[in-house]
Amino acid sequence: MRALLRLALASAWNRRLGLGLTLLSVMLAATLLLSVERVRQAARASFAQSVSATDLVVGARSSPVQLVLHAVFHLGEPTGNLGWDSYRKIAADPAIAWSVPLSLGDSHRGYPVLGTTPDYFVHFRYGDRQPLSFASGAAFAGIFEAVLGAEVAARLGYRVGERITLSHGDGGLAGMEHEDKPFTVVGILAPTGTPVDRSVHVGLAAIEAIHLDWIGGAPVPGFSIGAEVVQKFDLTPKSITAFLVGLHRRGEVFAVQRRIGAFAGEPLTAVLPGVALDQLWQSVGFAERALQVLSWLVLAVGLAGLAATMLAGLDQRRRELAILRSLGAGRRHLLALLVLESGVVSLLGCLLGLAATTLLALFGAGRLAAFGLSALPLTVAAGEMQLLAAVLVCGLLVGLLPAWRAYRLSLADGLTPRC
Amino acid sequence: MAAAAIRIDDLVFRWRPDAAPAVKLAKLTVDAGKSLFLHGPSGAGKSTLLNLLGGVLLPERGRIEVLGQVLGDLPAARRDAFRADHLGFVFQQFNLLPWLSALDNVLLPCRFSRRRAQRAGEPDAAARRLLAALDLDAAAHGAPAGELSVGQQQRVAAARALIGRPEIVIADEPTSALDAARQDAFIDLLLGEAKAAGSTVVFVSHDLRLAAHFDEKLALTVGADA
Repeated sequence: MRALLRLALASAWNRRLGLGLTLLSVMLAATLLLSVERVRQAARASFAQSVSATDLVVGARSSPVQLVLHAVFHLGEPTGNLGWDSYRKIAADPAIAWSVPLSLGDSHRGYPVLGTTPDYFVHFRYGDRQPLSFASGAAFAGIFEAVLGAEVAARLGYRVGERITLSHGDGGLAGMEHEDKPFTVVGILAPTGTPVDRSVHVGLAAIEAIHLDWIGGAPVPGFSIGAEVVQKFDLTPKSITAFLVGLHRRGEVFAVQRRIGAFAGEPLTAVLPGVALDQLWQSVGFAERALQVLSWLVLAVGLAGLAATMLAGLDQRRRELAILRSLGAGRRHLLALLVLESGVVSLLGCLLGLAATTLLALFGAGRLAAFGLSALPLTVAAGEMQLLAAVLVCGLLVGLLPAWRAYRLSLADGLTPRC
Repeated sequence: MAAAAIRIDDLVFRWRPDAAPAVKLAKLTVDAGKSLFLHGPSGAGKSTLLNLLGGVLLPERGRIEVLGQVLGDLPAARRDAFRADHLGFVFQQFNLLPWLSALDNVLLPCRFSRRRAQRAGEPDAAARRLLAALDLDAAAHGAPAGELSVGQQQRVAAARALIGRPEIVIADEPTSALDAARQDAFIDLLLGEAKAAGSTVVFVSHDLRLAAHFDEKLALTVGADA
């Protein structure tokens, strides 16, 4: 019934204020739903891709999740160190193609300092096996040289040539500065969207050098070794936090993992980073689910508003529906009319929500970065269409309520509304 | 003898099975082209009878034949289409969709029924002619119906009932919101245009004064045979 459709549109236009506000709430709900879904999937993807092409992460015996959290994300409690000798012995395993030692414990203005070797910039991969690249400068070569992650440089406004000092621990305690041994920034990495962006990279020898005159985690009073003389000391580390391992053949990963687990020198743990990252995501996944539940609740509120608006409008529309009846509209047409109305409002809400999400991704990315989200992806996430379809179906179902009431009213009213 | 436009036999209708009959009518025949004045106090089932004639309600017992078609024999969707094709309605008030113009309100039946549109010829011109014949200024044709006076609205409603020359025009207390002088003028205009269109008119009112305008009269009494 084309005539009915045109009248439905004219009628809806006549009630545009109420319907418009309802449309707005459905649109906002759809926007929230889509944004949460996109951020969720992007976060999950960037999380899972924070390290790749590394077959094993090895550290002192601890839980796999704790080890990866500390070694890759530089978060959580230290897992305890492993001996340099143990590292040298395991790295000599013929199945191992490369290995990169990691040493954590210091920080610079809240950003973790990662002691490693220049090999780190060669072997470390993130995302889809992407190597690190330098936005400016190059890898460190001398002892007191540092390479900054993109975020560290951007936030603190550092350029190549800047001189910085490191703090012991997380920098929370006064007087725990390594201010006698300043570092020169020699390189700044391109952004990766991984914890690398938040790290300050220095050589393992540098970590040794700044702690030469420290004992038991504190400077020795009245005793200091100048930066210019550290070369005279043996700067080979005694211990490291963890090391990354790449194999010649992936198929040998479980055999190597077993060999490391059975290492005679000291108890060690070797984890497949992908497996541990999955476990880690599971443990922080409740937050994403809470967010999802919340956005569905917002949608429920929006659709309840739609039903309420339509139900409230029905009493005023009884005359209109009776007139349509007298003109030849059947009761099933009235039913269709109201379901159609809620369906169109839901559809428009979905489309506008999709548009708003895209606009948000285009223009709001900078603001989102302030919340620690690298960006709201512009691409349509998998499952978004299913989400929108679900919103649409819910909208149609919500329309059934006022439609059913209109159907009942039209039975009682016939051509002559009793109001 | 002219064919009957409406023929009712032994009609009984109740809203609920245990209620008293809302309408009880032993026999009613209206010949094509005639006008019938249906009189009854409130609660006599006038509106219910109109719903029965329109095929919106079906009788519990008896038969209603409109233009030779027994309404009870048609499925609901066909009854709706039948109503659109052959019947025009004018109600007591609130006849119009207030956000449409007077002209668009008159054209509504042509949008719902192809037959009415065809019989109107050029619907737009037919609507303007009817509105003019019913004394509505051309200036008011394009105005939203909600802005017209009650008297103007009733004349727009009459034009809508008449467009496309439906065989039957049913009017339910269309003049009760008008003052006495305008009531007679309205009925004369309605009957005049109905006669020109060849439509049978069923006019329902509680006001016996108006009965003089019509060919035939019938009193509807509560719960009793007419």
